[in-house]
Amino acid sequence: MSKVRIEVLDRREFLITSGAAVAALVALTNGALAKKPATEVLNELTKGAKPAEGKVKLEMPEIAENGAKVRTKITVESPMTPEDYCKSVAIIAPKNPATFVGKFNFTPDSGRAYVSTNIRLAETQEVWAVAEMSDGKFYIGKATVKVTVGGCGG
Amino acid sequence: MPGIKHRMGGPVLSVLLAGAGLLALGTQTAQACEPCKGKYEVNGKKSGYLYSMPETQAMQDDDFMNPGTFWVEKGEKLWGVVEGEAGKSCKSCHGEPEKMRGVYPVYPKYDEKTKKLINIEQRINRCRTEQMKAKPWKWESEELLAMTALIGYVSRGLPVNVKVDGPAKPFFEKGKAFYFQRRGQLDMACKHCHIDYAGHYIRADLLSEGRAGGSFPTYRLKWQKLGSLHRRFKGCNKQVRAKPYKPGSDEYVNLELFVKWRSNGLPVEVPAVRR
Amino acid sequence: MAKPRVRVPKKAKKGEIIEIKTLIKHKMQRATKDKKTGKPIPRNIIHTFEAKFNGKAFFTGNWDTGISADPYCAFNHRVQESGEYEFVWKDDAGKTYTAKAKIEVA
Repeated sequence: MSKVRIEVLDRREFLITSGAAVAALVALTNGALAKKPATEVLNELTKGAKPAEGKVKLEMPEIAENGAKVRTKITVESPMTPEDYCKSVAIIAPKNPATFVGKFNFTPDSGRAYVSTNIRLAETQEVWAVAEMSDGKFYIGKATVKVTVGGCGG
Repeated sequence: MPGIKHRMGGPVLSVLLAGAGLLALGTQTAQACEPCKGKYEVNGKKSGYLYSMPETQAMQDDDFMNPGTFWVEKGEKLWGVVEGEAGKSCKSCHGEPEKMRGVYPVYPKYDEKTKKLINIEQRINRCRTEQMKAKPWKWESEELLAMTALIGYVSRGLPVNVKVDGPAKPFFEKGKAFYFQRRGQLDMACKHCHIDYAGHYIRADLLSEGRAGGSFPTYRLKWQKLGSLHRRFKGCNKQVRAKPYKPGSDEYVNLELFVKWRSNGLPVEVPAVRR
Repeated sequence: MAKPRVRVPKKAKKGEIIEIKTLIKHKMQRATKDKKTGKPIPRNIIHTFEAKFNGKAFFTGNWDTGISADPYCAFNHRVQESGEYEFVWKDDAGKTYTAKAKIEVA
């Protein structure tokens, strides 16, 4: 029954920094960032600024049947105009072996600062979604997910 | 807990389970949505679908979102691929895959040639070795999973309908005996979880009725891929700390017939999505 | 490799915000060791995702190992003109997967 845990937890990754920085708007945050404690990851993303609560709606199930695939929806309040838009939203899972999960970058053409995806959660935890706005401000939204570590992993 | 100790097999089990902090049985029932019940509950039998959470059900319901359909697509591709000395593909004999509608619900069935049961995977491989003169696919290979998924997919919605009388009877009886036979260090039989305690929680997992006859190969979140029913059997056997049999073994094919018979009437839902 | 899937509406009004859904089959393999042989298995994940419209990227992703296998990603686009979408996934093995879709603005 602890098999699920082992499989999810045993993530010893080599830090392959992805060299393929694509467009200018793709700020490369991969690789090295992932292994750091959540607070450090947050600090690097916000360049030390403390993100304000609000504006970020992070929707996740209260209970996830399996940590391998957990529905994750993020919506950031923003007019999404060239003058005022949400630049990106990053997901941090503080209790994952790799705390930095991913970052999604928007442009005013996105229309809405919205993303829906599935993420891996190693255990029950509070997940953070950190949004960066075009005015340089940061906002954070949180959601707590109970991860089932089953009686019959099989 | 006292009731459980009594029914679920002696001091060894309870000590082991309690020691491992493993068993906490609740009495909640499946958290299924009411409208979906009609399709997935037939004559009081419930598909594992009804023991899944809404997010998991939603993933199964939408073919676009259901990653299991990637294997179906692969199966469709393989269907027309000519392999082996006979220079044939599945298509050469069978035409379009849809022609196979109705095949999945009636397997495993008795096979005159080997005088025992044959299941879908074995039937696919027999076509390969005998008709196509090609190599059989390995159990749990991407190819065999893909073709099995395709054969299941084209029968979607049809009721599972295996025959357990006539020459299949002795094998059905063996499968049934397996289901009720205690095994492993935990000394548990399939029926302890899936008949006696279906709808209850074993630690954090909701136990289903084990009526898996219409759902495999299934995309399991835990596996993060598609997998066969025999792979699931292996997992169950390991959970009770018994030595699993080999996928494709007579034991598992007989068990498959019994499990599928318990699912008779439930719809084929390949590729299902489960935790 | 299975073809990546994209779901884009065929038509939209000018200025409409549409939802685009994407799904790709990928193991999102974290670096680990083979259970039996102990041999290292290198990380192979999709690390970059790009959604472009008429050649211009409007939504991108930098993914790590915490993104689930067979990554699903849905997002929005404000449509101003007819044109073609291009979606690009890049993994650690150096492979690039692409998908295209057209949209017509009425």
